[in-house]
Amino acid sequence: MALYSKKIIEHFKNPRNVGKIKNPSGIGEAGNIQCGDLMKLYIKIGKNKKGEDIIEDIKFETYGCIIAIANASLLTTIVKGKSLNYALKLKKEDLIKKLGKPLPPFKIHCSVLALDALKEAIYDYYKKSKIKIPDELEKEHKRIVKIKKEISKRYKTLQKKNKIS
Amino acid sequence: MKKIYLDYSATTPVDPRVLKAMIPYFSQKFGNTMSLHSFGQEAKDALEKSRKIIADFIKAKQNEIIFTSSATESNNLALKGIAFANKDRGNHIIISSIEHPCIIESARWLENQGFEITRLKVDKYGLINLNDLKKAIRKDTILVSIMHANNEIGTIEPIKEIGEIIKAVSRKLKAKIYFHTDAAQTFGKIPIDVNKMNVDLLTASSHKMYGPKGAAILYIREGVKIEPILHGGGHEFGLRSSTINIPSIVGFAEAVKICKKEMKEEARREIKLRDKLIKGVLKEIPGSYLNGHPKKRLPNNANFWFEKVEGESIVMELDLLGISASTGSACSSDKLEPSHVLLAIGLKPWQAHGSLRLSIGRWTKEKDIDYVLKVLPKVINKLRKISAIK
Repeated sequence: MALYSKKIIEHFKNPRNVGKIKNPSGIGEAGNIQCGDLMKLYIKIGKNKKGEDIIEDIKFETYGCIIAIANASLLTTIVKGKSLNYALKLKKEDLIKKLGKPLPPFKIHCSVLALDALKEAIYDYYKKSKIKIPDELEKEHKRIVKIKKEISKRYKTLQKKNKIS
Repeated sequence: MKKIYLDYSATTPVDPRVLKAMIPYFSQKFGNTMSLHSFGQEAKDALEKSRKIIADFIKAKQNEIIFTSSATESNNLALKGIAFANKDRGNHIIISSIEHPCIIESARWLENQGFEITRLKVDKYGLINLNDLKKAIRKDTILVSIMHANNEIGTIEPIKEIGEIIKAVSRKLKAKIYFHTDAAQTFGKIPIDVNKMNVDLLTASSHKMYGPKGAAILYIREGVKIEPILHGGGHEFGLRSSTINIPSIVGFAEAVKICKKEMKEEARREIKLRDKLIKGVLKEIPGSYLNGHPKKRLPNNANFWFEKVEGESIVMELDLLGISASTGSACSSDKLEPSHVLLAIGLKPWQAHGSLRLSIGRWTKEKDIDYVLKVLPKVINKLRKISAIK
């Protein structure tokens, strides 16, 4: 299919790391079901030889489109076994590039979901473990929460718009 | 891999018999209908013959058929043409909330030009309420436009009854209120009689019924006051200037000829396949629901929503299995908003996003339906396994 790259189709067909983790170190959620996109990400934190926090295991669940699924699958393969610092430095542009083909503009939103959910999962882990949350992550957390609220608001206007005038 | 096309409501392949009829009109009989020489007259002949075939098909007079390039153009002409020709009488227009975007957007544009639009709501099946309609009509109403059948959910509106109401209110108010119906989805599938249906204007399109793209009609009852939106050489009784697209129009007329002969039998066949599909899906897939009316629906339309899964992913999985379907919801817009039709029938956005439209047609076989019924439950199951909604 011309709209999507082979890589996207491949991850969509066989998504990696699907499901839940029992007793996860952190859970992150992004998107809003009212708008038709929901991403849930679970992480299990371990230590590497240097004593840094690493993502020992990662799993996702999503109600979403092709890009949301493929992108989440790709992201989990990239960050599994890597340090949290590495994961937090990932940019959406890196992921989009790895998917192999420029995305249609209206699909960018779907490609950010997984990364946002990962940030939220790490935020959740830091908070639970009483680790100081880096300023940058705090900012991101606020942004993600704000988006969720905006989607909720948009959904309400949408409902109103479709009523009789 | 064998491909199964189940998106006939989006567009249809050109019937080989239609293509055969069209071919001479590209390089041999290529004339301009406005030319006086023999090439021109040959083209003009073909145009008028085509017009007659299509007029007869819907019990209209020949001079009541205007050829356009698309149903979108016909609908634009109907709304804007009536609005501007009758604005001295009133500025109120009524449409339904589930019209095709070309009606919705034309109405919105007219609203910005100072016209007043009422959008009638629909019930959970997509049917408008006749009492709502009665209440909505006013002395300054100039046009009511209600689609014959909905392109997404397939629900057929009671056009005859709507027409009767408009006629009666027109008489009472001593005002001429025109009635337009967009029949793009019904033309060639179920019988259309402009007199029995009490319509003043009707839109139909060639590419939805095995004709080529680029040809459509607007039926305009004799005496209706309407302004053109394309000005120029005065083609089509001065209502639609543009060099006539003869090959497509000849193809359109040939497609109509075929439908005239085969429509009744074909509708019977398609209804059987449609009902097998609907019954099978609802039975085999838990958490699946039919969108639209169970009985008052297009012979070829099935539209479902599935709990916990997203429509685009379903379409993609099906495409990988050789089945061409369509999301019930237009998620491809940059706004990512679910379909206005599915919201209007009361679906929540997350339900609308889980919708799938399967539309069958002339070359759909029973074994194609069997294949869908075999693979669709697996697809839904797979997507539910990775779903974030439990």
